[in-house]
Amino acid sequence: MNEMNEVRKPPVATTGIIGWLRINLFFNWTNSLITLFVIYCLYQFIPWILDWTIFSADFKYNYLGEQITNQEMCSRNLDPENGGACWAVIYVRFYQFIYGFYPKVEVWRVNIAYAMLALALLPLLYAKLPYRKYFLYFTYIFPVIAYFLLNGGLGFTEVSTNKWGGLLVTLVLGCTGIALAFPIGIMLALGRRSKLPVISMMCTLFIEFIRGVPLITLLFFGMVMLPLFLPEGIDMDGLVRVLVAVTLFQSAYMAEVIRGGLQAIPPGQYEAAKSLGMSYWRMNLLIILPQAIRISIPPIVNTSIGLFKDTTLVIIVGILDLLGIGRGTLADTNWLGLSYEIYFFVSLVFFIFTFGMSRYSLYLEKKLKTGINMGAD
Amino acid sequence: MKKLLSIFAVVAFAFSAHAGTLDDVKNRGFLKCGVTTGLAGFAAPDDNGEWAGLDADMCRAVAVAVFGDRSKVEFITTTGKSRFPTLASGEVDMLARNTTWTISRDVNLGFEFVGVNFYDGQGFMVPSALGVSSATELDGATVCIQTGTTTELNLADFFRLNGISYEALPIETNDEGKENLFAGRCDVYTTDASGLSSTRAAASNPDKWVVLPEIISKEPLGPLVRHGDHQWGDVVRWSLNAMIIAEELGITSENVDAQTSSNVPEVLRLLGVEGNYGEMLELSNDWAYQIIKQIGNYSESYEANVGPDTPLEIARGLNALWTQGGILYAPPFR
Repeated sequence: MNEMNEVRKPPVATTGIIGWLRINLFFNWTNSLITLFVIYCLYQFIPWILDWTIFSADFKYNYLGEQITNQEMCSRNLDPENGGACWAVIYVRFYQFIYGFYPKVEVWRVNIAYAMLALALLPLLYAKLPYRKYFLYFTYIFPVIAYFLLNGGLGFTEVSTNKWGGLLVTLVLGCTGIALAFPIGIMLALGRRSKLPVISMMCTLFIEFIRGVPLITLLFFGMVMLPLFLPEGIDMDGLVRVLVAVTLFQSAYMAEVIRGGLQAIPPGQYEAAKSLGMSYWRMNLLIILPQAIRISIPPIVNTSIGLFKDTTLVIIVGILDLLGIGRGTLADTNWLGLSYEIYFFVSLVFFIFTFGMSRYSLYLEKKLKTGINMGAD
Repeated sequence: MKKLLSIFAVVAFAFSAHAGTLDDVKNRGFLKCGVTTGLAGFAAPDDNGEWAGLDADMCRAVAVAVFGDRSKVEFITTTGKSRFPTLASGEVDMLARNTTWTISRDVNLGFEFVGVNFYDGQGFMVPSALGVSSATELDGATVCIQTGTTTELNLADFFRLNGISYEALPIETNDEGKENLFAGRCDVYTTDASGLSSTRAAASNPDKWVVLPEIISKEPLGPLVRHGDHQWGDVVRWSLNAMIIAEELGITSENVDAQTSSNVPEVLRLLGVEGNYGEMLELSNDWAYQIIKQIGNYSESYEANVGPDTPLEIARGLNALWTQGGILYAPPFR
């Protein structure tokens, strides 16, 4: 009788690591087959990629102990049996990848701008930051400070944007595009849903036009046509023209994303707000937009990541971003043939930024509990 | 797209037409020169971020002619698509962007090619193991070819004229062509000879590849300026010619100082010791002397950037002086 009352452990095969393996990897024979196949592929791939990127790779010196200054000195070119990646090209060109052609004596300004960017992002990333309010004020004025720091003015010597390049250009384009497109996108989304026909028609026209043409066309438009529309004598900077094009492009997409969020808000919310006597702006600012933006976080981050990667298209109009500097390096006769290393490095940098953005959106979703159904339905 | 661009170019030109690029450049204090975003041997940033290459030297030569200072130049990167609008809108003063001189570009787009600083042409590269010594032996070969370029048409014409067949493997970029050829997916890669040389130099073992002797198209590459400003066109034209004439006369950056006391009249005229040719161009009288001193003659620039001693290993070929079996020829300096 007592035996019956004894607490019996669940079968070994359903708990712990073994249980997990059985349920997730070896549930049935197709499952097992796929698992074994994937393990085999990883077994083939991982040692090779580790060997190529790290263990057999040259970082600064080749296997003879000489410092590498051109591709012929890479271990794998001296002796095909020897050596993996030749990261020396990244080492030698690191400055260009990060700052472009920014003058070396002024580069501290870019460094400060990078540091300030991190500081400006801090209150956005950590809601529990002490004195978050003051940090947020800094975030708002950061673009102005960054402009004077990078471009010059206010006592700083001017550095023409033609000298900017590499990660600097990628970040300037990505951050400005994403940051400016957000408010413009909200206005466009509200405008498109407006009951005033002139406003709604203008916003719809704008959004449909911008969405209907490829980014490259807009970049060309900004580069070639924009100066023609400006009065004589006003010389618009090349990078600014590209920024305008990128921002317009991104805001049209952002508008549609936010409109999607707006449409998901049940009409009861509007009615409730109106019955409280709220004006249009108060209703949107306090009731509608906070909910709409909350549920639009995944697509907002999605388009932002898309834009960050699309910035590489600026090479078409002759601006050397991170990828452009990589291609320029490949065209140097000293570094011919190191395309694997350079493209690997560039994709790694892009991955770090886009993966960061993606994790941040997950964190936001968790914090705001967007998965939970809300409102009066 | 091309048509649209040319319309843009013409409109842009109409808006920006003004006399005196030379005065503009002098007032600005530096030259704006359009180059590629990176092409081995022609223009690419070096490890210090300085632009180097045959085209970059062309830009510097003009800067030296105007200012006597090789650093007074700002390089504006342009792509194949953006180069003409950029020049037409006045954003650059000149292009030195390995651009082929054609009638439509010269006439219809409203530009003026002032000379040729590199004679290129479409060629073929094959693995040396294939044992082929002439492109006419390539019957039935698989050819890697960049789509949407003139090279595609040239290739079709060449094979048809020789009555042999081929199979095309379309590719988009030079990198793709390189990978396909090295992986053996095509037997032949065809593009401009200078591009083939850089592809070959990028191979882990360049000796395994040969560039065949046939050149099947004319690609004269040269600097260009906007139509209608002849004074500026002359400055760029004669900056290039000065480098070629200097090679003809045996003046190099090393011996240029000694040459100022030469007894050859043309040397003295070129170096500004005699005559007032600089004044005619509205430049200082030692403009050509400064070009040779700071940049070197054509041969020095060629050898340093694309010549046999560089990884590109492009023999002088057509680009040798007319007296040495090539077609490089500058009008006399008098």
